[in-house]
Amino acid sequence: MKLAYWMYAGPAHIGTLRIATSFRDIHAIMHAPLGDDYFNVMRSMLERKRDFTPVTASVVDRHVLARGSQEKVIHNIHRKDKEESPSLIILTPTCTSSILQEDLQNFVNRAAQDCNADVILADVNHYRVNEMQAADKTLEQIIKFYLQKAKKNNLLDIDKTDLPSVNIIGPCNLSFHHQHDLAELRRLLQDLNIRVNQIIPEGASVDNIKNLPKAWLNIIPYREVGRASAEFLLEEFNIPYTTISPIGVVETSKFIRQLEQILNQLGYACDFTKYIEVQTRFVSQSAWFSRSIDCQNLAGKTAVVFGDATHAAALTKILVKEMGVEVLIAGTYCKGEEEWFEHEVGSYAKQLLFTDDHHLVGDLIAKLEPSAIFGTQMERHIGKRLNIPCGVISAPVHIQNFPLSYRPFLGYEGSNQIADLIYNSFTLGMEDHLLELFGGHDTKDVITNTLSSQDSIAWDNNANDELKKIPGFVRGKVKRNIEKFAKTKGLNTITMEVMFAAKEEQSGND
Amino acid sequence: MSIQSTEINKPLSFECETGNYHTFCPISCVSWLYQKIEDSFFLVIGTKTCGYFLQNALGVMIFAEPRYAMAELEEADISAHLSDYAELKRLCQVIQKDRNPSVIFWIGTCTTEIIKMDLEGIAPKLEAELGIPIIVARANGLDYAFTQGEDTVLAALAQSCHSRVEKLKSESSRNSNPRLILFGSIPDPIVKELTIELEEYGVKIGGWLPGKRYTELPQLADGDFVCGIHPYLSRTATTLMRRRKCRLIGAPFPIGPDGTKAWIEKICSVLNLSSSGLIEKEEKVWKNLKPLTDKLKNKSVFFMGDNLLEISLARFLIRCGMIVYEIGIPYLDKRYQAAELALLEKTCLEQGQFIPMIVEKPDNYNQIDRIKDLQPDLVITGMANANPLEARGLRTKWSVEFTFAHVHGFKNAHNILELISRPLRHLPKFEDQLLEYATN
Repeated sequence: MKLAYWMYAGPAHIGTLRIATSFRDIHAIMHAPLGDDYFNVMRSMLERKRDFTPVTASVVDRHVLARGSQEKVIHNIHRKDKEESPSLIILTPTCTSSILQEDLQNFVNRAAQDCNADVILADVNHYRVNEMQAADKTLEQIIKFYLQKAKKNNLLDIDKTDLPSVNIIGPCNLSFHHQHDLAELRRLLQDLNIRVNQIIPEGASVDNIKNLPKAWLNIIPYREVGRASAEFLLEEFNIPYTTISPIGVVETSKFIRQLEQILNQLGYACDFTKYIEVQTRFVSQSAWFSRSIDCQNLAGKTAVVFGDATHAAALTKILVKEMGVEVLIAGTYCKGEEEWFEHEVGSYAKQLLFTDDHHLVGDLIAKLEPSAIFGTQMERHIGKRLNIPCGVISAPVHIQNFPLSYRPFLGYEGSNQIADLIYNSFTLGMEDHLLELFGGHDTKDVITNTLSSQDSIAWDNNANDELKKIPGFVRGKVKRNIEKFAKTKGLNTITMEVMFAAKEEQSGND
Repeated sequence: MSIQSTEINKPLSFECETGNYHTFCPISCVSWLYQKIEDSFFLVIGTKTCGYFLQNALGVMIFAEPRYAMAELEEADISAHLSDYAELKRLCQVIQKDRNPSVIFWIGTCTTEIIKMDLEGIAPKLEAELGIPIIVARANGLDYAFTQGEDTVLAALAQSCHSRVEKLKSESSRNSNPRLILFGSIPDPIVKELTIELEEYGVKIGGWLPGKRYTELPQLADGDFVCGIHPYLSRTATTLMRRRKCRLIGAPFPIGPDGTKAWIEKICSVLNLSSSGLIEKEEKVWKNLKPLTDKLKNKSVFFMGDNLLEISLARFLIRCGMIVYEIGIPYLDKRYQAAELALLEKTCLEQGQFIPMIVEKPDNYNQIDRIKDLQPDLVITGMANANPLEARGLRTKWSVEFTFAHVHGFKNAHNILELISRPLRHLPKFEDQLLEYATN
């Protein structure tokens, strides 16, 4: 057992559901107890989706515990097949079904016999993999399934497109800024005259999968999800892939160079040098920004970076190479990425950190007192407590990290966004510091002669105690209203009874 | 409406669907109970799934050093390679050292049920060894929905209340000095308000279950009166009656001025106290609410059902002049809610309204079908369905807010109506064609 207050990566079934619901035509059925469908809330609230989340539960209750699911799961699969006519139904195991050890594969086989939809069982073990590993695995599983199916039906199209084209594999629901990243990536590829063959899974149909082999190469923008699929496509169809995430000016040009190199190897002559130069010098503001005097102020500033492997590594490189900020700790909670992470940023950060214990991250931040933090929502809260500014760069995130406006992290526009994020974090920190030195430009003491500062009305002890229980941010208003009420009644002492009477009167006025 | 008027005077009808609905896991009760019981610590013994739910559902609270944590089960725990006893001891010692609570609650989950972890067996041993009370509540999704989590915790607490020794009247062997204990967790300001309300009619409250602190649990004696303030506390009521030999005052719940009046009236009648003046008091509240109720008159509501407050809320809204199409509810204890159901029936008759169908264990998919047909003015539902329904042109109210808002007593009826009115009031003022564009 582990005493845990908070976790960075969610349970396995969340990863499976993120992949399933990113496709247009997949319905996921969770084998889970009541209340485990919280994923639907997250998708509906965080991503503000307008459609119903295509996830239902085949509820595990006492009866299932006593007698097994029997026909229940199969019935539910059939029902959803009829109601929603999806192309694919994924039966999703949860921690509960992991230990019940029912033969879910058997249910899937039996249900598939009279279903219009394809039916598969997500091959993830709750106790072995986390959210991201499960997403990676499920995506590979679906791709494999449909490529094999197409092969069997002689529908597989392996002729490459005439002009160079790519698949973008991995972006899925509830990822960090992925919608904006996709738009930016499309724009970048368009500029380079490279077609996008397929984007999987975001917005795709499972029908699109059979067209994957037509692409010249695969792009895996985030290394956590999509690598298994890319690896499979390399083995099976000899499609090369890149896992360079084009985050920051330097990495973006490295990414474009890699595309160039792969395309050249495939016999397509292209040279993107000019494009990179124009973009870096004139389109992207961040390269110029790092030379401007603003950025000189960042020299000698320190930062701690923590997040998923992709974003933490990218931010560390940007901070050190592009901004001249000293990174005291670069860390990630992504298990299995230690070696890659060390290879990427080992020489840039003073210290590397691999953990999923937020207390440890918090303690280290408190000890090192960096000028700014770049991390997840948890680090933002750590920063708040320690009065250190924090920019959020990675999941897990809150609703404010699903912005309506265009906020990519990838590509040249992404590097502008990141430059703003970094600079704003530090200036906030500096401004804060100056304010403290000069005693601040705002004071909470009441200096004007407002209603609340006239002490003609006394509060008795009980009433005063009661007042203190009201949350701080509304207390002033409540106090004013009660005093106003007392004045109109000609009372000069406020007791509990007066408070309640005021509240009652108030309630009629709205 | 002609169709409805033919259905007036029909008795209450109950349906039961498939139970495929969205609700919160009952372990969510730790979020309000740890705040209520100030010297407690809640240890949820479960998996990452439970932890993920808690941290996401409770949002910012998780960052405020809450007095709850997960005992996250790992593969070795599931396969019994580790001793539950030793593991729990280790974690509880850490909690004792770091937080020094007066009581530790163990919240059992689906996983502890399935692997049959003997929490009730281990607790007394560890209690003795560590010198701290340990209370076990099985608030799992296999058996319960959302607010019923509190019910499991309070039922466990009811058993651990100390006994009060009372002199017995020789002839009746009845407790000669029965006290009134109210059960249900509500924030302290509301406790105070309800206490003042009752005191006005001479009702003395002998204690609350739970109190502000574990160390202030009420003492119980045979024959004490108990009365619930939440509609979802049927196990607690049963425990108090059967195990503690208390007498349950079955009353409607103090939600809405009509409910509050009926609640006080029933308590007074059982305790042989006069409740004169109560009717005037209720009327005054209604008069204050008039600006709000005027706007709600004849608006229709559909409860999808997820927190067991539905019957009481529906009854109050019908009294406000609204039309309720359907009352979805996870679980209905017809005995514990008997007085509330009777009041619902009476309210419908008095308002000239048809009696809505009560759907236990609803099926969200079927409900959405019905909602599309009925086109109610307001759907009270969970967040999983709220945005998609809004996108289809329906107005929704997130049901969980009723669990966290102050809804009890005369003074808070206003809060309920505020919550109900907000979505009806909040209509973006786009041009006509833009509005269509925005919602389709």
